[in-house]
Amino acid sequence: MRGGPLRQPSHAHGRPTARVWLRRNLFRTPLDGVLTVVFGAISIWLLYKTLSFIFVTGRWDIIRVNLRLLMIGRFPEVHVLRIAVTMVALAGWVGLLAGFVRGRQVRSGKVPADDRFTLGRAADIAERLWLPAVVILLLLLLSGTPGPWITAGLGVVAAVAGRLIGPALGRQTFGTVATAALFTALGAVPIVLYFYVVTAVGFDDWGGFMLNIFLAVCSIVLCFPLGVLLALGRRSALPLVRVVATAYIELVRGAPLFVLLLLANVALGFFVPDTLAPSTSTRAIVVFTLFTAAYMAEIIRGGLQSVPRGQFEAAKAVGLSPVRQTGYIVLPQALRNVIPAQIGQLISLFKDTTLAGIAMGLFEMLNVSQAITAQEDFRGQGLIGETLTFTALLFWTVAYTMSRESQRLEKRLGVGVR
Amino acid sequence: MTGVVSARVPLWRDVRVLKWALQLAVVGLVAALLVWLYGNYVENTAEQNIPTDLGFLDNPANFQITGNPLSQNAPVRDALYEGLLNTLRISVVGVVAATLLGTIIGIARLSKNWLVSKLAAVYVEAVRNVPLALFLVAGLLVVVLGVFPTIQEAWDLGGLVIVSNRGVAVPWFDGAGYGLLMFALVGVVTGLAVARWRRSVSDRTGALARSGLWAGGALLLVMTIGWFAFGYSWTLPELDGRRTVGGMRVDPSFFALFFALVIYTASHIAEIVRGSIQAVPRGQGEAADAVALSGFQRMWYVVLPQAFRIAIPPIGNQYLNLIKNSSLGAAIGYYDITLVAQTTVGNGSPAVPVFTLTMLLYISISLVTSVIVNYANRRMALVER
Repeated sequence: MRGGPLRQPSHAHGRPTARVWLRRNLFRTPLDGVLTVVFGAISIWLLYKTLSFIFVTGRWDIIRVNLRLLMIGRFPEVHVLRIAVTMVALAGWVGLLAGFVRGRQVRSGKVPADDRFTLGRAADIAERLWLPAVVILLLLLLSGTPGPWITAGLGVVAAVAGRLIGPALGRQTFGTVATAALFTALGAVPIVLYFYVVTAVGFDDWGGFMLNIFLAVCSIVLCFPLGVLLALGRRSALPLVRVVATAYIELVRGAPLFVLLLLANVALGFFVPDTLAPSTSTRAIVVFTLFTAAYMAEIIRGGLQSVPRGQFEAAKAVGLSPVRQTGYIVLPQALRNVIPAQIGQLISLFKDTTLAGIAMGLFEMLNVSQAITAQEDFRGQGLIGETLTFTALLFWTVAYTMSRESQRLEKRLGVGVR
Repeated sequence: MTGVVSARVPLWRDVRVLKWALQLAVVGLVAALLVWLYGNYVENTAEQNIPTDLGFLDNPANFQITGNPLSQNAPVRDALYEGLLNTLRISVVGVVAATLLGTIIGIARLSKNWLVSKLAAVYVEAVRNVPLALFLVAGLLVVVLGVFPTIQEAWDLGGLVIVSNRGVAVPWFDGAGYGLLMFALVGVVTGLAVARWRRSVSDRTGALARSGLWAGGALLLVMTIGWFAFGYSWTLPELDGRRTVGGMRVDPSFFALFFALVIYTASHIAEIVRGSIQAVPRGQGEAADAVALSGFQRMWYVVLPQAFRIAIPPIGNQYLNLIKNSSLGAAIGYYDITLVAQTTVGNGSPAVPVFTLTMLLYISISLVTSVIVNYANRRMALVER
């Protein structure tokens, strides 16, 4: 190492003392020292400003008063219970699926079967979940009513219960019919919940952070099959199919999402008969789906290219039909290889849902956070900083947690490592 | 086992027939969809008497583009052209600034200085996971309207830059239109030629090439000649009561858009730069150390050139994203193509042709950009056997 001491320090093997650590990491050279002092001053100043904004100068009343508007918009009071029920049911469902998958992995020998709840695993889970947990706790504290607390409590109970039942569910052997029915029921849960909420309220009253999440989830679920088809189309041996898929992907990727949203907002009505003219939320979902499908297709195409030729040839050699070659051999590997990139796309879609507020006037969270600063009680007090900070915190927490989980998954899947 | 080998494969199992049938089905489906959409479009527009042609381009625009001398009565065509120029302006400035900031932060993330690398990491992780639109709103409402002072108390940075919530005034040159731009172009070409000549001299004689210095000098020389030939001069911005005179006033919306695009894109570019530097084999850096290059020389001559070779395609993607994201400026009143299109639709131009045109313009800009990036990529790519 340049500039380092020539003789080996005697404590090379243990933890370095504070002085050695400082010299190695902060004051290696004179220039380094200057950098440390300058950036140290800057970061202390920033830290001071941030802390004083959060604890002293920030006036967070506007958030407390409008928390509900920020989270669920103008969702009708009478139907809020449906959201609570849905959230608890979804938590249980996710827990069940996680447990089920885990159980299958254990039985297939992919994961060691240490079902004992050790301290290490607890620490691992705590490390993964502390950030969203803290933010949810903050939201609960801000809410000041018992409803969200009860919902969150039941949700945690449902998730844990599902996680515990899940492995057992996978271990049991039922008949074919019963298993099929079980899977259908499990798959139908989100759809049933969706109708449970939507039929009661319709789309127009959705808003707040819930709308952002809903738009993102719907679009990602819908864009996935389209993306797979486009990717397969682009790599197809059939020239006409290839041309159609390529043209779609390249045209969509060349256009800005914001302009597509504007176009859908003012002009989608021209292209479909009046009876089919969709609501604004549906338009947003359509645009997000069609837009993200093009990017998804490129990601999946990367995955397809990463599958070794031998896999195709082996599938052909054992006499699988082209559809089965793709469905059983190639696609599973291709999709697995690009899971992190897909999650990245999901994150970026989630962030882009704010554009629906700007381009279409949907009452999503960024829009709410601007609108509430014009309320009578808060007008002209320069509270936009507070509302934007709060909005940023929620988006950041979700996106950051997803990207961290994706990195974890990447390591576990051993992408690029065999 | 009949033992009879059929000479002909039945039609429905003939691979060639199946292939064509599948293709025709796909194309037919797409064509049917397009025909259906187009039919609806024609029907609906006819019902509401909305023109479907491009005749609206000659109608007067009936709106004023902020900070632009274009008359209200100018045709929509000219307004769209000015919008296109504004999009290009913010794109060029944004790309340059985001590249610089992103590169610096990407390098800082790999710094051996613990504090510097942690600060860079915090920046990247904090910015990457927040929507761009939020930065845009914050740029306008928090930074420009909240932090910047009123014009009476404007910050005067050394007499060069005047910052207030009316915008940022910077020194600019006085003189005729695009003359200087032409000279800049000539200068760049001359610079490239000089650099090539220096490299050939270096190859022949072994003298130090210093092609960068020579090229920069040539560019500067040509620009200086142009400067005097066209009679340009600087003007500095000055406070004159409640406004600034001289220099160039950067509109608040431009500033906010610039702020948001650069902050956001730089965080993505920083990650690419970091990944690319880490992808350069360790031996390269160690070899640079072994021949006793300084830290700067190691970075500048050995590591960065190789890292940028890896980074060009993904950074090109970020440039495309930045250009497309600049359409968000419409949300805060920056008159790029998108806002011009939006406004002219509000004034009665037909929506579908206007937005189709807008999208085609964006797609053309994207295509040109990716052609440039691909060219750079091919030039920089390792020539392998």
